[in-house]
Amino acid sequence: MTAVWVIVGYGFREAVRRKMFAVVIVLTVAFLFLFWLANHYVFKDLSTITPPRDVNVDTRTFAGAFLVGLSMFATLFLGVVLAVFLTLGAVTGDAERGLLQPLVARPIGRSTLLVARFLGAGAVCTAYVLTVYFAGLLITGLTGHWWPDQVAWPGVELAGGVLVVIALSLLGSVVLSSTANGIAIFMLFGAGLVAGLLGSIGHALNSHTIEHASAVASWALPFEALYQDGLRMITEHASGLTGFLLQLGPFGGAYVHGWGIRLWAVVYVLIVGTIALVSFARKNL
Amino acid sequence: MPDALAVRGLAKRYGSVQALKGVDLEVGEGELVGLLGPNGAGKSTLVKIAVGLVRPTAGEATVAGARAGSRAARAELGYLAEMFRFPGWYTADEVLELHQRLSGSRGGAAERKRLLELVALADATDRRVDGMSKGMQQRLGVAQSLVGEPRLLMLDEPTSALDPVGRRTVRLLLEELRGRGVSVLLNSHLLSEVELVCDRVAILLGGQLVAVGSPHDLSRPRGVELETDEGIHRVEGATREDAPRLVAEAVAAGRQVYGVSVLTSTLEDVYLEAVGGETS
Repeated sequence: MTAVWVIVGYGFREAVRRKMFAVVIVLTVAFLFLFWLANHYVFKDLSTITPPRDVNVDTRTFAGAFLVGLSMFATLFLGVVLAVFLTLGAVTGDAERGLLQPLVARPIGRSTLLVARFLGAGAVCTAYVLTVYFAGLLITGLTGHWWPDQVAWPGVELAGGVLVVIALSLLGSVVLSSTANGIAIFMLFGAGLVAGLLGSIGHALNSHTIEHASAVASWALPFEALYQDGLRMITEHASGLTGFLLQLGPFGGAYVHGWGIRLWAVVYVLIVGTIALVSFARKNL
Repeated sequence: MPDALAVRGLAKRYGSVQALKGVDLEVGEGELVGLLGPNGAGKSTLVKIAVGLVRPTAGEATVAGARAGSRAARAELGYLAEMFRFPGWYTADEVLELHQRLSGSRGGAAERKRLLELVALADATDRRVDGMSKGMQQRLGVAQSLVGEPRLLMLDEPTSALDPVGRRTVRLLLEELRGRGVSVLLNSHLLSEVELVCDRVAILLGGQLVAVGSPHDLSRPRGVELETDEGIHRVEGATREDAPRLVAEAVAAGRQVYGVSVLTSTLEDVYLEAVGGETS
């Protein structure tokens, strides 16, 4: 176990020393400032909006959920950027640069190395995602006096989604070059987001075919399903027209949700991780 | 006691390229073996299989009796890759500390200090890798390979980025290691260096061993040269044992003899003869 923690520490130092990490921090601060500005103006204008009497919409819930949904999307996106850049070259990229061979030649085992890289990147990204998620919640809560129905679980699921991406990126790093892996993971990420939006459109159009396609994509790419489940939970008690309108929007929430997809995400990471370990064990460096 | 490195019938195929074609080689205890051959001969592949970075297609390699690539084998060796890099943000001392922890070395700060002194980096303990010259990084790589006092050292082109002083430092280091009983497999293109320090030389060509032996055994007599008042006279095929007779005959013939040289082929001659001038 000692070697695992040595490599975790190595990966952690690599993460925080990279200029990319500083760029992500600067972008995050910029995002949080802009997000606060958006919250400030949205909730300031909210008092002047009066829906028609027969339209029973809770405007504060609608605005708050929309803003937190936006913040969750940005958190997931930035978390995925961080995850991909920390892991895209973990095996092939590092081997091409000559960073990996001195480590693999030591008596630590390739599986130890890969598991440690997962734990290191996972620790950094989980801390980052939870920090940004709760910062977003605090901004909306303190500015607009609106809090989501579930506070902690959506953040946990966002972090879980990023862990799924880390597993995929590490697998990609074993078989692809850094550039190819980065492109592949961002394309998968984009495909997942599109599938989620497709589900919302299918729901609005009452198209079972589109909803089915979205559900299949959710199981194939569970990071998207976890994100959607997190969105669902922030307004899980919203009902009536407010709930319906929120479901129609881009941050509407999941059609595949609950413990089934959460457990599948864990199994998915284990399967992807096992394939990565077997591939790495057979790889010539 | 098993050989530090034993390779039997080792073969490796990369797609349609046969990099190794059944190589047999041993590196005994405390022996310093030079591995020579043109680019693409299979030298680095052999070293990488021994270290466990590449899986052989056929045959076997053992390090101190343990299967190459196993943890037990890797615990016995130190490795300097041909193309390697350390993270730029690490200091020299931190690089060695990282490898101490990975190899389970208990040498602590004293071992790190001693190793940095061995490679003439005592003044660069706290210097970051990205602030070092290529030669300094190469010497740090050599120090890294010595962490944990390995029984077998695998050095793949250790002097490729070094200036003459740096090369001399590494050569003296290799001689010191041999004195301590450390076995070394040295993969190098610098024939003069190999000739100076290696007990045995193995020449690879096209994935096969074409010559193995000590530099002295591999070299062949190329005649005797006499410098007389009539100029330099070379006797082809003559050996060291023929020299006194040749001098006596020259004197008897009334020649003034100013000097006599026994000619033998250098390792470079042996190498060029073995590889037939091949390069890639």
